Amino acid sequence: MDKMSGRQDSEHDHEHQAVPSDFALRVKSLESLLVEKGLVDPAALDALIDTYQHKVGPRNGARVVARAWVDPAYRQRLLTDADAAIAELGYGGLQGEHMVVVENTSKVHNVVVCTLCSCYPWAVLGLPPVWYKSAPYRSRAVIDPRGVLREFGLKLAEDVEVRVWDSTAELRYLVLPERPAGTEQMSEAELAALVSRDAMVGVAKVVPTEKGAAA
Amino acid sequence: MNGVHDMGGMHGMGPIEWEKNEPVFHAPWEGRAYALSLAMGCWEKWTLDALRHQIERIPAADYLRMQYYEKWVTALIELTVTAGLASGDEIESGVPALGSPKLSPPLTVENVPAMISNGASASRDLPIISRFQKGARVRARNINPTGHTRLPRYARGKLGTIHLDHGVFVFPDTNAHFLGEEPQHVYSVRFTARELWGDQASPRDAVYIDLWDEYLEAAGSKSTE
Repeated sequence: MDKMSGRQDSEHDHEHQAVPSDFALRVKSLESLLVEKGLVDPAALDALIDTYQHKVGPRNGARVVARAWVDPAYRQRLLTDADAAIAELGYGGLQGEHMVVVENTSKVHNVVVCTLCSCYPWAVLGLPPVWYKSAPYRSRAVIDPRGVLREFGLKLAEDVEVRVWDSTAELRYLVLPERPAGTEQMSEAELAALVSRDAMVGVAKVVPTEKGAAA
Repeated sequence: MNGVHDMGGMHGMGPIEWEKNEPVFHAPWEGRAYALSLAMGCWEKWTLDALRHQIERIPAADYLRMQYYEKWVTALIELTVTAGLASGDEIESGVPALGSPKLSPPLTVENVPAMISNGASASRDLPIISRFQKGARVRARNINPTGHTRLPRYARGKLGTIHLDHGVFVFPDTNAHFLGEEPQHVYSVRFTARELWGDQASPRDAVYIDLWDEYLEAAGSKSTE
């Protein structure tokens, strides 16, 4: 999926964000001190890392979206009381305590940003990707959302209203993407496999041919 | 504070770097840094607002240069020392001072699942009156505090419409500075793209910003937009 045409040389792109080589050692030394002082439990650190590497991620949000697509009553609950609806699937909690779900239609496209830091709905999408936390996205998403979306390969018609949600408070936003045409026969699990992280942030649409390639 | 972190509307930050098959952590130290920050937060010596503010206080050039978790660690060290949980000397050496007591961590491996599934809500169930109703026209105040605020510069002085009342939440401007929670309503406020950015913006588009009651003042009659 060549979304960022001409921007694939990621090694070069990340050069300016290079971390000093001793930084990993600094973190190691910090952890060793905090463990030694009884301030942190190293097994708790392992459990936190394991949770966000393997358990809490965009598959959670994709299941919510797929359920909303196949179950109109669920969709309604999701749009009116997102916390309760998301909890029905067993999700919620840290950085997803207060969720708002915004729905894309043929006339409205929603996109989520946090201009002031990097607030993101961890409970349904996991930890944010680097681009979401980066200055280019945070600075331009509010002033030029259409340009930003074009950078992601998404061109919107002029008659579509773009709504940008700046996560300045403790509300966390999830975009409910449009269900693509031609997916009527698909099961809920198959639909969930189509839903990418980027579609739930609002920088992509769900494309039926992208089966299993959800970012 | 009018820091570089408040970057909504700025130009010149370069292209967006989208990484294919991005891992959750790019190196093991990122995961450790992330987990350390969460685990240390469980001492409840500082609030999430204070952590955000500590990150904002990283000098601007460093803020832009640093990788995300580098900022977290930088802020964590500052907060840890300020809270007296470890001394600067201990941080430098990586070794506890002689005779310092060994404590019991508040976050143990057993309570990690509960900590994640419970979260930490900033909402408060208090009977506080909301000053604005859905549809009301409001103006974001022109404030320029040197401390923490969640009113972005690009919205200050701009006219918007109350889209939704989210209920009562703690106020970051005081909570970040350990000056109390001052719970108040948070509203989703709709600003048209043209109000924020002028005629160059699309006439259809809008930015929705979550703003605390104190950030807003009434601005006349109901919207007709």
